[in-house]
Amino acid sequence: MKRLLEWQIATVTSIHQETPRAKTFTLQLPNWMEHKAGQHYDVRLTAPDGYQAQRSYSIASEPERSGEIDLTVERIQDGEVSTYMHDVLIVGDQIEVRGPIGGYFVWEAAMTDPVLLIAGGSGVVPLMAMIRHRAAAGSKTPARLLYSSRTPQDVIYSAELDRLQGSQNGLGIFLTYTRRQPTGWSGFARRIDVPMLREVAGPLGNSTQAYVCGPTRMVEAVADGLLQIGLPPNQIRTERFGPTGGI
Amino acid sequence: MASNFISRGFTGKRRQPEAAERVPPGQYITPDFPVLSAGPTPRTPLDHWSFTIEGLVGEAVKWSWEQFLQLPVRTFVVDIHCVTKWSKLDTQWEGVSIDTLFEHIDLDPKAMYVTAFCDGGYTTNVPLVDVINGQAFVAYQYDGKPLAAEHGGPARLVVPHLYFWKSAKWVRGLRLTEKDKPGFWESLGYNNHGDPWKEERYW
Repeated sequence: MKRLLEWQIATVTSIHQETPRAKTFTLQLPNWMEHKAGQHYDVRLTAPDGYQAQRSYSIASEPERSGEIDLTVERIQDGEVSTYMHDVLIVGDQIEVRGPIGGYFVWEAAMTDPVLLIAGGSGVVPLMAMIRHRAAAGSKTPARLLYSSRTPQDVIYSAELDRLQGSQNGLGIFLTYTRRQPTGWSGFARRIDVPMLREVAGPLGNSTQAYVCGPTRMVEAVADGLLQIGLPPNQIRTERFGPTGGI
Repeated sequence: MASNFISRGFTGKRRQPEAAERVPPGQYITPDFPVLSAGPTPRTPLDHWSFTIEGLVGEAVKWSWEQFLQLPVRTFVVDIHCVTKWSKLDTQWEGVSIDTLFEHIDLDPKAMYVTAFCDGGYTTNVPLVDVINGQAFVAYQYDGKPLAAEHGGPARLVVPHLYFWKSAKWVRGLRLTEKDKPGFWESLGYNNHGDPWKEERYW
């Protein structure tokens, strides 16, 4: 596994608008390498005078899809790389990337403990790679996703999550809307709190492996809450997303 | 070749050109102070806190929180660089220089490496030569206030000339060793040394 990661020039083969602020970019890689769900790639942009900017973006696709990856990128208002990707990049363009990177916030289908995935906003991206990997590998490991969004239109992968919810494959999906709920909504309508964690995590049991990804304040609160409901710290993995996470 | 590649239509934001020479390759300046950690934030009560220097030293030394606050304190103004690409200039810390801590121990000449160990089980390894001669300190105040738990309080190691994962949060001590032993991130794909000016990010 010890090797140097090299930059490579990927080709954009598809761009999909997920929400008003999030797009998924499918990149074809000349030197594709199987990743682990939860890992990320670095993206590097170079201006004609040599000026460069780099950012990290989580892989959304499952490792079973060879030769290409999906990166889902939220457009940050004052951003540099995310705004370029959203506003300039088109299908057929080339873009420099390096990866896969990261060895801790990862889940593999060979892991058999129940999995609790908790996302805030675009923090769902690396968790979606885990969900897709779980489905592609035919894993029966009990898994639950608790996903907090501001409004229904902010839910990334909404249609796919609906399909997975109904597919009876042992994945439970729980959404909470913190600002505006769909009409007739009877589910959670608040920020993730301890009673919500108890309700969603409880049935998974004590050996649950938790993955929490989102904005810092949300991640801090959820990680503290998971400790409160009795999950040991070494079963809680965290990753930060959002403007202050360096997107 | 990748080195000649130009991103179509990219000009960049270049927000603070006057600071450009203080920002290592691939980094950007943020006014925020992002929080990154692999697990929950540990919260050790101060009356259970201690700081230990052990390993290849004549006799291990251990300070309680009260004793640690009695050590000569200094203000450090440093630029910090996180491997996740953000850099923050002129951060201000109060803490104790590693040189000051080492005045209290007899360093075995065989000692070559330092492992910082922390609440929560985090470790990171640094060559001894990278923490002495004014290059590193244990901070307990940031911006004139007690260091917040999510930023590593009550105390964190700060090694500003290396990527910030070397600046171990919730640090509880240093272990001196003859052989190098990769720490947490160093075992999980991140560079063993982590010099931002050489972009030593990954393996």
